[in-house]
Order: sequence, then structure tokens, then C-alpha cells
Amino acid sequence: SLWIRFILIQNRAGKTRLAKWYMQFDDDEKQKLIEEVHAVVTVRDAKHTNFVEFRNFKIIYRRYAGLYFCICVDVTDNNLAYLEGIHNFVEVLNEYFHNVCELDLVFNFYKVYTVVDEMFLAGEIRETSQTKVLKQLLMLQSLE
Amino acid sequence: MPAVSKGDGMRGLAVFISDIRNCKSKEAEIKRINKELANIRSKFKGDKALDGYSKKKYVCKLLFIFLLGHDIDFGHMEAVNLLSSNKYTEKQIGYLFISVLVNSNSELIRLINNAIKNDLSSRNPTFMCLALHCIANVGSREMAEAFASEIPRILVAGDTMDSVKQSAALCLLRLYKTSPDLVLMGEWTSRVVHLLNDQHMGVVTAAISLITCLSQKNPDEFKTCVSLAVSRLSRIVSSASTDLQDYTYYFVPAPWLSCKLLRLLQCYPPPEDGAVKGRLVECLETILNKAQEPPKSKKVQHSNAKNAILFEAISLIIHYDSEPNLLVRACNQLGQFLQHRETNLRYLALESMCTLASSEFSHEAVKTHIETVINALKTERDVSVRQRAADLLYAMCDRSNAKQIVAEMLSYLETADYSIREEMVLKVAILAEKYAVDYSWYVDTILNLIRIAGDYVSEEVWYRVIQIVINRDDVQGYAAKTVFEALQAPACHENMVKVGGYILGEFGNLIAGDPRSSPLVQFNLLHSKFHLCSVPTRALLLSAYIKFINLFPETKATIQEVLRCDSQIRNSDVELQQRAVEYLKLSSIASTDVLATVLEEMPPFPERESSILAKLKKKKGPGAVSVTELEDSKREGGELNGGSDRGPDTAAMAASNAVTELLGSVTKIVHFLVFQSTPSPSADLLGIRSAPPVGAASTSAGSLLVDVFSEAGPTIPPAAVNDDGFLRFVCKNNGVLFENQLLQIGIKSEYRQNLGRMYLFYGNKTSVQFANFTTTTKPVEPLVEGGAQIQQVLNIECLTDFSDAPLLNIKFRYGGALQNLTLKLPVTINKFFQPTEMSSHDFFQRWKQLSQPQQEAQKIFKANHGMDTEVLKAKLLGLGTALLDNVDPNPENYVCAGVIQTKSQQVGCLLRLEPNAQAQVAHTAHSKVTAKCLEKISHSGSEYNRSLNAEDE
Repeated sequence: SLWIRFILIQNRAGKTRLAKWYMQFDDDEKQKLIEEVHAVVTVRDAKHTNFVEFRNFKIIYRRYAGLYFCICVDVTDNNLAYLEGIHNFVEVLNEYFHNVCELDLVFNFYKVYTVVDEMFLAGEIRETSQTKVLKQLLMLQSLE
Repeated sequence: MPAVSKGDGMRGLAVFISDIRNCKSKEAEIKRINKELANIRSKFKGDKALDGYSKKKYVCKLLFIFLLGHDIDFGHMEAVNLLSSNKYTEKQIGYLFISVLVNSNSELIRLINNAIKNDLSSRNPTFMCLALHCIANVGSREMAEAFASEIPRILVAGDTMDSVKQSAALCLLRLYKTSPDLVLMGEWTSRVVHLLNDQHMGVVTAAISLITCLSQKNPDEFKTCVSLAVSRLSRIVSSASTDLQDYTYYFVPAPWLSCKLLRLLQCYPPPEDGAVKGRLVECLETILNKAQEPPKSKKVQHSNAKNAILFEAISLIIHYDSEPNLLVRACNQLGQFLQHRETNLRYLALESMCTLASSEFSHEAVKTHIETVINALKTERDVSVRQRAADLLYAMCDRSNAKQIVAEMLSYLETADYSIREEMVLKVAILAEKYAVDYSWYVDTILNLIRIAGDYVSEEVWYRVIQIVINRDDVQGYAAKTVFEALQAPACHENMVKVGGYILGEFGNLIAGDPRSSPLVQFNLLHSKFHLCSVPTRALLLSAYIKFINLFPETKATIQEVLRCDSQIRNSDVELQQRAVEYLKLSSIASTDVLATVLEEMPPFPERESSILAKLKKKKGPGAVSVTELEDSKREGGELNGGSDRGPDTAAMAASNAVTELLGSVTKIVHFLVFQSTPSPSADLLGIRSAPPVGAASTSAGSLLVDVFSEAGPTIPPAAVNDDGFLRFVCKNNGVLFENQLLQIGIKSEYRQNLGRMYLFYGNKTSVQFANFTTTTKPVEPLVEGGAQIQQVLNIECLTDFSDAPLLNIKFRYGGALQNLTLKLPVTINKFFQPTEMSSHDFFQRWKQLSQPQQEAQKIFKANHGMDTEVLKAKLLGLGTALLDNVDPNPENYVCAGVIQTKSQQVGCLLRLEPNAQAQVAHTAHSKVTAKCLEKISHSGSEYNRSLNAEDE
């Protein structure tokens, strides 16, 4: 079956702002993947596709200002669905953090995980409605 | 610090993060972190109980430090404590820490599972979701054991909140992936399938992933999902762009759910029920129609979402491959995308069209786009798009357009990116062969390939051209003429020299009538390249020369002179020297008849799958080459090869034997172990090979003639042989041969006389499936599920004595990475010992008789771990010999006797171990072992010593 192997948010310099893994890798392997993805994605320009073959998988990525949002999936999976999955996620972050910027992800890294888990779980898309996700996030925010 | 000002958060954490960001150097950062770690440690160790907030803050700081890439070795307990807090924010940080720093520490797992259990039964949806997310993120077997039976209940219970259902469905999916044996759907199946009808689209979105995965594994049990999925899809597709409110994305109703529904349907054949099928076809038509409608928004999000559904629908249409109308419409739609301004769409259209090309209904429609695709190959900026264009040209190629496509690919090759050259070369070679009606075109194409991209022409490619030329007598003259011309170039690729050498050696006579290519001219041309070539090519050329002597007696003197010169006959490379010596001798002592027999023209090769195709498949991974393509090539390949039963191997062997006899050479091929394994279609690749026989090089005269195809090595360099476990098995038959983080290999074996049987158990220690699992012994199930074990039985027969153990190579994919492992199978000669009892008198009489140097091996070695009598005895018995009591006058010594059983002979063997306890220092001691045999067994003495040494460790 097909599922997301990992989600990475990196900046241009290669600093990881989020790494969410949906299959087991050991720490060294994770580090290697992070570096490889960075190397593969940052050399591409706007005229290139948002898809790039990666080992036996492919990376669907989109750049927002200085941040690259990357999703690694099976080669036969639906490219555009994940490309918009990324955008949907970014719109939620933007709403949640009121004009999200890289620093929001740094200082609130523990909240970003919550947003991810609301929208993607076990490597699958869990919820796509921005309204529902934001409502849930605001509810959680109000809890002590 | 914008984020902090918004903060409901932890001030201390924000300050710490700021500090880290302000560090000017890596050293400063480490210093700051160490200071913080010391602080946290003292807080955790302090007498004062920490409140929940502080605990949360410190655990969160630890997590941050870990995410920066530093090791964290404490704080786990505090994180676990947070799980039982009543406050959401504390619980969340606790769960996050656990999810990120998974630790298989069993103590903690019990506590974690306990906390999860409490939260699952709390009836608080927020807490339940946290607990479910933790299980879904960690997904360990322990968690599956604890919760796999509970979660389906939560998923289908009437009073479960929607958000909890979403999490439960995906949590269950994760557990099913890691431990399918523990997730038993049974009674829940129907209710889970009916989640497709759930009112809440989010629940459907989550549940459908679970249902798709379960359907793939148990299609029959879940087949009712087909009609439900069709009606759900139909409702979405026919809804207006705003009907679905929250689930409408840029005017597209529920794009992700639509894609998932279409994906689920791809697990099944077209619906049998006419009404369901009609409704589905209607949906697919609607989706295709919508693609033609003017966009409701200019935003790329709108068109992407719409096209995501379209491409998924086309995948389903291709999957069904039964609706010509839909297939052609799909093809036309993709044709429009081929010229779209969005690179993404051009790329996806090329990719999707590639699969359409293999359908008989749409193949012709795809072909109409050939010019656009060729243009893409020439003009696209993104190499991955060009690659897709090349793939599509390959897929749409048939007899009608082969010449055009091959020509375009060849011209593209001149400037192609290095990354795709090798694959392009393979593709051109395959197409040229597959669609060659005119063999001179085929030969021209391959020689062009070598000329343009010689470095990327793998052995398979030039082997194949030779195979085909050998099998087709109508092209041999042309081939000889063409290579002769190609070799005239001042700088020609070494692969060209190889092909040239081989072809002129076989068929040079066909062009020798022309004075411009007389025998001597041909020879001089070949020999002018000789000194620039590598050893294997030179070896090939030497064989071509001896063939020349047979073809053209007038060249004999010249060639003999070449062979005789010091640089050949005293060449430092043993293979070249041997060829030179043997060929020289052969040419001088053999009669013309014998020479003609030995050097006869190569017999046709047997029909077989093109090894180039095999290589391409290997390169692309399984599934990359469709079955139809394979069958296609078989069919057409047959025509090319003009199959013959005369195997080249037999011919080569005969030639080699003839040469060997003629020269009175004593070298013989040493047979080690031969394994009887069940024949398989690809036995040549799977047949286990023992270490290469030492005498193999002496078959050089024949090796030129051997079809090397079946020996085409794997593309991955073989891993270094791992023999850590090997020595431990010299004296025992069962146990764990190998173990790493991923894989465990257990062995059970039994031996009787010269026969043995070995059971190999391959255990997947991870929770993730191993794919493409292959071993060099026998075919096994290619998928090894996480936690699963597969078994393999090998029958072993000892034919004659041997010293090198057979190798076992294992390959599989774990996640993205190819794992390649080579182990020595613990089959040693002593396994075939039969113990023999004898009296002291008999023993020493025989011992004395065995006095020839080659009958005795002796070694003195250190005992690494003292010498415990019982341990030593057990090991000597484990060796397989009989341990003879009261035989040696010195009671300190051990004597043993046994007969090694091979198929060809039985070899008696006596052994005496003389421990020297005086030299024992601490745990070391010296002992001497002497083994005597009736006949020499290669390295047998040292074999025993190795084993004893190993056992002493």
C-alpha cells in the first residue's frame, strides 16, 4: 500500500524545522535522508517540476519563502494530491500562527507536531478541512 | 521574537531557544546546551517535587535539545509521568517526547502502555486522540499486542466522537502494517466498510486508507466496499462546487477523498454489477468532462486539485483497461497537457501516457503524439521531464516508428545527461533488437551506440550484439565489414575493439576477399589496438588471433611471432600468459583438423530472454517493465535468435577439454560442493555458487566461447563476506548464524554420510516489510512482513573434498535502502564425518602408517580460554569424530577417529590433540593438534585447527 514515508520542513541552509517519520529509520539514516533531500531539492528552480525521484521513492515538495516543505511517497502515488496536501497544511499553519514565519516553527515546534498529527497520521491524510482542523486547534489551545 | 509574544507558551523554553539561536559558534551552542542539561538534571534529581508545569517545560527543553541533534539519556521517566497529568498541555508534551524518542526500554513501555490505556478509557476525546496518535506514531509490536483488540471497538462504537474515529482508523492501520497477525478484523469488517457511508467526510477520509490497505490483503472480505465507494464518489463528483462546504478546496469538492476513493477502486477489477459499473463509468466521464470546462479559479490550487482527481481517474481507467472509449479520451486529455505551460502537468502527462501506451486500446492514440514527445526530449529544461519523454518514446515504440524513435534517442544520447545515459543505452539496444527487421540496421545501431556512448554500453549490450550476429548468418558478412570500418577510427572505444575482435575472429573470412581487408590487414588493425586495451580485452584479442590462425593459415607465422614475444609469453598477468602459451603450443602441435575442430565457428546461442531487458528490469526495479513487454520480447526474440538446442556451454566445454587434452595440461576443474536445489526458471542466477574453483582460469581456451550472459553479475557490488557466525558452527549444527538490527538468520541442520539438510530461517526483526527478498540458494517469498519469519530448506551433497564454504547472498529492500549481505554457509568438511571406534593398537598402527608429508597436518595454537576437559570433549565430539577413550597412553591427550564421506570416496582421518597445560598463563594455554588422513584432504588440518581455535574463544 502507499503511504507517506516522511515529511520534512527545511530552510535553504538545510536546517530542519520539522521532521516527521512514518517508517522506522535509525538516527544516522534519518540524518542522511535529511541531507540528501536538501541536496536534491535546493538545486531545483521554479521551472522544474515539484516532484523529484528519490531513491525508490519520490519527493513532492513546494517552496514557501525560504522554507521547503517536502513529502516522501511511493513512486506510484498521486503527485498533485500531495502537492496540494502541502499547500493545505501551509494554509492551516498560516492561519494558526497568523502569518506564519520560520521563527514560529522554531519557537512553537511542539505545536507544529500537533498540527501535523491533526492533518496527517500514520502516513495518511487524516483531515483535509481547514475549518475543522483550525477549530480543533483553537479548542486545544484553550485547554490548560 | 514574534512567536514568544503570542505566547501562552513556556517562557523558559522561549528564552532557551533564543539563547541557542544567539550562539555564535557550535562550541558556544554546546556549552549552552550542557549548562541547560546540568540544570535540568539537577531539577529532576532535586528533593523538591517539581510541579507539572516545570516538568513539562524541562521535558520540552530536552526534546528541543534532542531535535538539535544531541543525545538525550535522561528525562524519559519525567516524560512518562506527564502522561498521567490531567492537563492537556502537559500530557501533550509527554506524548510528544515519547513519540519522538521511542525507546524500547521494556520497563517504560509497560508504564507508557498503562497511561495510554487509561487515556483510551477516559471517554475524553482529546485524551483519547493523544493516546491514539502516540500509538500511531510509535506503532511498536508491544503496543499492537496491548491495543490491537481494543481499537476496532473504539472505531465502530456508536458513541465515539468523529475526531476519535479518524484517529482510531489510522492508528489501526499503523498497527496492521507493523503487526498484521495481531489485528483481526473478523467481526468488525462489515462495520468498518460501512464507514464509507459516514456522514462526516473526515471520518471517511481517514477510514478509507484503512479499508484500502485491508482490501489489498483480503480483497474478498472487503469487496462490498466497491459499491459503497462508487456511490460515495458519485455523490462527490456530481455535487456543485460549494455543496461540500468545509471539504471544498478551491472550488473542487473533496479532492483528496475523491483520489482515495479512486485509489481504493484500483484494488478491484471493474464492478460486475451493471448498475454499479454504469454509475462508475458515469463518474469517470464526468471527471473527464470537467477537465474540459473553463476553470472556476485562476489559482494553481484549483487546477492542481482538479487534476489530482483527473490523473487518479485515468489510473483507474488504465487499471481496468477495458473501456476503449475512456482510454482514448484519457489519452486525448493527456495529449493536451503535453503542451501545457505548467511543467508539472507536462511531466505527469508523459508519465501517465507511458502506461496508456501499453494498452492495446490506446496504443495507437498515444503514438499520434510522437512529435510532441520528441520535442520534449529535445527542449525540456528539467532532466526528469526529459527522462519521462524518453520513457514514453520507449513505451510507444513499435515496428512502425522504431527507426524514427531509435534515431531520435541516439541523437539525444550525444548530449544526454550522464545520469540517464546508461538507461538510454539499454533502451536503444532493446528497441533496436526488438524491432529489427533489417539486421544491418540493428548492427549499425549498436555500433553507433558504442561510438556515441561507449562508456555506458554495459557488457550485456555488446554480448547481445555478438549473440545475435552469431545466430543470424545473413548479417555476419555485414557485421564484419562494419566493425572493420569502425575500427579504422583512430580513437575507438574499447567496447568497439571487443566486438571487433570477436566478430572478425569468427567471421573475418567473409570480408577477406577484398584486398583492403585482407587477413593480414585485419590482424594488423586489431593488433594496433592491443596495447591500449585492458587485460580482459587483450585476452579476448588473443583468442581472436588463434581463431585467425585457423581461418587464415597465411597469418600463422605473424601471429605465432606475436604470441612468442616476451610481452605475451612472459606477461605478468597469468591469464594472458597462459593464453599466449597455450595458443602458441596449440598452433604448433595440432594438426589442421584438430585445430579446425577446436576453433570451430561458434554454434548458435539458445533462445533466451534478452539479458539487456533483464538488466533494465533490475535497474528499474520490479514492476517497471510490464508483463506484456516481456512476453513481447520473448516472442520477437525467438525470431531473432533462431533457437537451437546446442548450448554454447557444451561446445565451449568440449573445446576446452580438447585443448586441455592436447596440451597434456593437468589442471582440472575442482568441484566443490554441488547443491541439489529444486530447478527454477532462472536457475542460472539463483544456483548457489561455491567459492570460485582455483583451476577455473585454465579453461581460458574455452572461456572465450562461453556465453557469459548467465554470469552477468549483479549491479550492486557484493557485500564483503560476513563470516562472524561461521566459525561457531564448525562444531554445532543449530543456532543463529547471523543477526543485525534488521535480520536474524537461524540455522538447523543435520547430516548423514555425505548428505545433509539445512533449514534456514530468515526473521524480519523490524516492524516494516522487506521487499524484493532474494537469496542465492532457492527462490523465496519476495516479501517478508515485519516480525515475520520465512523458512528455506537446502539439500546438500558432498561430492568431493573441499575447503571453501559455499556463499549465501541475501538481498532485500528495507525502506529505501537495498541491503546486501553475503555469508558463508556453515558447511565444513567435518560435517560429513562418520565417527569410527578403534582400539589403541589399531589407532597407533594406522597413525604410524600415515607418514607422508601430505598425509599430515599439524598446528600449535593458543587456547584463548583455558582448557576445560568437558568443553574440549564436547567440541571434539561436535567435530563429528569419535572421541577414543583409553587409546593414548598420555591421559592428557585426546584422540579421535572418523571417516569423511563424500560421494566419490571415503577418507579416514585420525586426530590427536595434545594440550600443554604447563604453558598455561592465566586463561591461555598451548596445545598442539595433529591430524592424519589416509589421503590428503585439502587444508583439512588447518580446518580443524580453525575450528578448535574458534571454539576456544
